[in-house]
Amino acid sequence: MTGGRYRALRATAYGIAALLLFCLVWELVKAVVPAAGVHVLGASVLPRTDDHAMPHVWDVVARMGRSETSARGADSVLVAMGKAGWFTLRVALAGWLVGVVAGMALAVLMARRRLAEAAVLPWVVLSQTVPLIALAPLVVGWGGRIHLGAFEWQRWMSVAAIASYLAFFPVAVGALRGLQSPTPAQTDLFRAQAAGWWRTLVSLRLPASVPYVVPALRLGAATAVVGAIVAEVSTGAPGGIGRLIISYAQSASGDPGKPWAAIVAAAALGLVAAGLVGLVGLLLRRYRYAEVSS
Amino acid sequence: MTVPTPTPAPVAPVTTHPAAAVVARGVGKTFRTRSGEVVALEGVDLTVAAGEFVSLIGPSGCGKSTLLRLVADLDEPTSGELTVFGKPPRVAREGQDYGIAFQQAGLLPWRTVRANVELPLELHGVGRRQRAARATELLEMVGLGDFAGHLPGQLSGGMQQRVAIARSLAERPSLLLMDEPFGALDEMTRERMQTELVRICAESGAAVLFVTHSIPEAVFLSHRVVVMSARPGRISQVVPISLAATASRTDGTREDSAFFADVTAVREALHGGATAARGVDLR
Repeated sequence: MTGGRYRALRATAYGIAALLLFCLVWELVKAVVPAAGVHVLGASVLPRTDDHAMPHVWDVVARMGRSETSARGADSVLVAMGKAGWFTLRVALAGWLVGVVAGMALAVLMARRRLAEAAVLPWVVLSQTVPLIALAPLVVGWGGRIHLGAFEWQRWMSVAAIASYLAFFPVAVGALRGLQSPTPAQTDLFRAQAAGWWRTLVSLRLPASVPYVVPALRLGAATAVVGAIVAEVSTGAPGGIGRLIISYAQSASGDPGKPWAAIVAAAALGLVAAGLVGLVGLLLRRYRYAEVSS
Repeated sequence: MTVPTPTPAPVAPVTTHPAAAVVARGVGKTFRTRSGEVVALEGVDLTVAAGEFVSLIGPSGCGKSTLLRLVADLDEPTSGELTVFGKPPRVAREGQDYGIAFQQAGLLPWRTVRANVELPLELHGVGRRQRAARATELLEMVGLGDFAGHLPGQLSGGMQQRVAIARSLAERPSLLLMDEPFGALDEMTRERMQTELVRICAESGAAVLFVTHSIPEAVFLSHRVVVMSARPGRISQVVPISLAATASRTDGTREDSAFFADVTAVREALHGGATAARGVDLR
């Protein structure tokens, strides 16, 4: 549909415009606010804006183009960002998949039995109040003891497990709402047709849940990326964006562009993950009609 | 209305014969709620003969929808005996002896109009080719042949309701249960749908149990109008409609003096009950 393409084009244009606006505001703040920041009665109101705290946008971009370290043959920062991003993306995706399966399974269970909903839902909500950083070393500790024949627990699996722990939540809650969304007329109709619970699940509840599940999948993808990065930082897992953030932060004082490059990489990763899930939504677009108004 | 018309005497229940579509004997339904027990229906005796069109009318809370849901086995009676074609309602439901339509069309928005009509057939394992043929036939019947490929969201409320009615007819049921199917439609659409329903029922020969708030609607469609009263829900009167055979009723029938006489008869039956007049639309 041309209308759809036009909308997509406009959305992309708005996205790029917002990015440019952000850069503009950044540079504006740098130009207007004094380098030492603004203090009122000794309290800092606006942060410092010198080139160490807020490097110019073009300095950050330029830094990405130069090599990571002074060592001969080192990758450029951009290449290092790409490699680390690819690594974390795969881990986050694995975590997302596990989270989606677990979240959907929980939602179906809760939709099946009111008792299960009453028993499980508080735990689902409670699970998200446990700080991730407290959990990460535990997961690594448990994982390290798992050996099943040829299978050996890898460190990235701990990271993925933590990512899935964050991703399952929006999926479970969103899918539950979606599975419960059919109207009484629809559920009565299926009962009148003598359709069993599974048949009703497959032909009515699952399709009806799609408009709720797709946004939850996107949210889950974003939280899986955050979870993976935080898990990498707190477990010290090598190879990903988390490690990049730590090691680049160490050179903040002498090389202020570098830590910002790591942050840009993390943000870009979130966008890519959400975009990939957007493709899933595209495949399911037939089911994403708003409820019929009748 | 001041037209003097003789009030028909209550008609004795039609004698039961094996082919009766619905037989209710002393049917009652009590709901347990937090604030205590609510008697929705009490002592309902009703027989709907095969091929007969019976409307249930009464104020809100008179249990007319509850009675329909009991017949459909969407709820179970707490007392009395209820049979559908001589079988318990559950057996009738599982055997697909009836088709059903609600006030809400309840279409699946992700399915095309055609696939919505095919749904009951699909749920019962009817082959693809047979389903397609039946859906085409039904959509022609309700005048939506050109809209088979559309999605429900692209149709008006009246068209959606016609799809729902086509769906309820998919398995050629000999009993149709309809719970205010035209309740959400505007007056123009409503009258057109009523005329169509009369024609469709005459063609299919199905018995119909039809819940409505509208006196003219009940009169226009029915062989008999069952007037109910609330608290507790029970049948207060059964008004036979003296109009021409239902198949020959057309828009002209609505301007017939016999039509007005029956409307008045039903209205007076409704007013006869203590609280009957409230909640009834005189549309």
